[in-house]
Amino acid sequence: MATGHEAATNAPNAGEYVVHHLTQLNTTGHAQSSIVDFSVLNVDTIFFSILTGIVGLYFMWRIARGATSGVPGRAQAALEILLEMVANQAKSIVHSEQSRRYVAPLALTVFVWVFLMNSMDFLPVDLLPMIWQKITGNPHAFLRVVPTADLNGTLGMSLGVLLLCFWYNVKVKGFGGWVHELFTAPFGNHPLLYLPNFLMQVIEFIAKTVSHGMRLFGNMYAGELVFLLIALMGAAFGGSALAGPLLWIGHVVAGTGWALFHIFIVTLQAFIFMMLTLVYIGQAHEGH
Amino acid sequence: MNLNSTLVAQLVVFFILAWFTMKFVWPPIMKALDERAAKIAEGLAAAERGRQDLDLASKRSADVLRDGKTKASEIVLQAEKRAHQIIDEAKAQARIEAEKVIAEAKVDIEHEAMRAKEALRERVAELAVAGAERILRREIDAKVHADLLATIKQDL
Repeated sequence: MATGHEAATNAPNAGEYVVHHLTQLNTTGHAQSSIVDFSVLNVDTIFFSILTGIVGLYFMWRIARGATSGVPGRAQAALEILLEMVANQAKSIVHSEQSRRYVAPLALTVFVWVFLMNSMDFLPVDLLPMIWQKITGNPHAFLRVVPTADLNGTLGMSLGVLLLCFWYNVKVKGFGGWVHELFTAPFGNHPLLYLPNFLMQVIEFIAKTVSHGMRLFGNMYAGELVFLLIALMGAAFGGSALAGPLLWIGHVVAGTGWALFHIFIVTLQAFIFMMLTLVYIGQAHEGH
Repeated sequence: MNLNSTLVAQLVVFFILAWFTMKFVWPPIMKALDERAAKIAEGLAAAERGRQDLDLASKRSADVLRDGKTKASEIVLQAEKRAHQIIDEAKAQARIEAEKVIAEAKVDIEHEAMRAKEALRERVAELAVAGAERILRREIDAKVHADLLATIKQDL
């Protein structure tokens, strides 16, 4: 049903096709109506994020298990390059050796995991949803395959980073020290400034976390949307005599171009997400 | 873009994955990297040591060679000296031998001369006696003049 071709020949118009593709498969079975509803779980996001996480970690674990200090194989060399990159970034941003023991592996996980989740975008937009519809026998079944194009996925991770920031703030400065900082920074230690200071700090934490999650989400959501629009061009093949074939060629050209560009975005966004994770945790280590 | 409990699930998954990486992926690779770095450092140090050893060995071999040459020339010198000595000794020995032979020869010659003189003296005395006998046979009795003849023989 939701393949581009069918979308053009059958009932749904372009708008319905796009909306259908951007609706999560959740535990209620239909699209979530309210903006926030914590009784709902997005099954597709959870499934694909765990799947990509397991695949990524499995390969890294296999390589790490056979790691040798002698001449490394190609896989090990590749992982070593990645690991040294992350380790160097962590070293330059987080200045606590002890914290790095957890933060650096966390950053590596973030990079690899986000990269793989983003990479789900490279699969044809209709491929997995179509297979899912065939399996369930329901031509209207929803499925979204890019976990990072779901705000829950990215905000979940950025909230995790926020929790780590709280943890390291308390760990490095002590609970009292951190509370003191919340009320005396950034403007200064004066009773009149306590409230503005605190509000600034709260805004700062919210802004960091929301922008952290939203940035990745926005990029991936927009990327997916563009892929959907490109797919619509190809779907117009069966349409009018002249425009149809031209749009199909447009699909091939634009689809190739966007996919190539998206390789860059996918990697860049994964890297940015990792770097911001390190930066925010690094900031938690520094007093104002 | 609705918010729901997926967010919490994702947060939990996030920490589990990070924990797994920290536990099973990061340490072995880091260990391998550190060990390799240590090995390389060790190898470089060994190479440096080897180079120093080589320097030392070549210096020592040069020393040994120089010593050997000095010793060899000393030995040659000594040998030459000894040869000269032996020649000198041999010469001296030969001279002594020769002198000894000459002295012996002289003694022999003297003996011979003495014996010859003796013999000659006997012969002359006999001849003189014979001559005198012939002269005196007619006039002198040999037995009467024996004392006189003995005195003459003595003087010869």
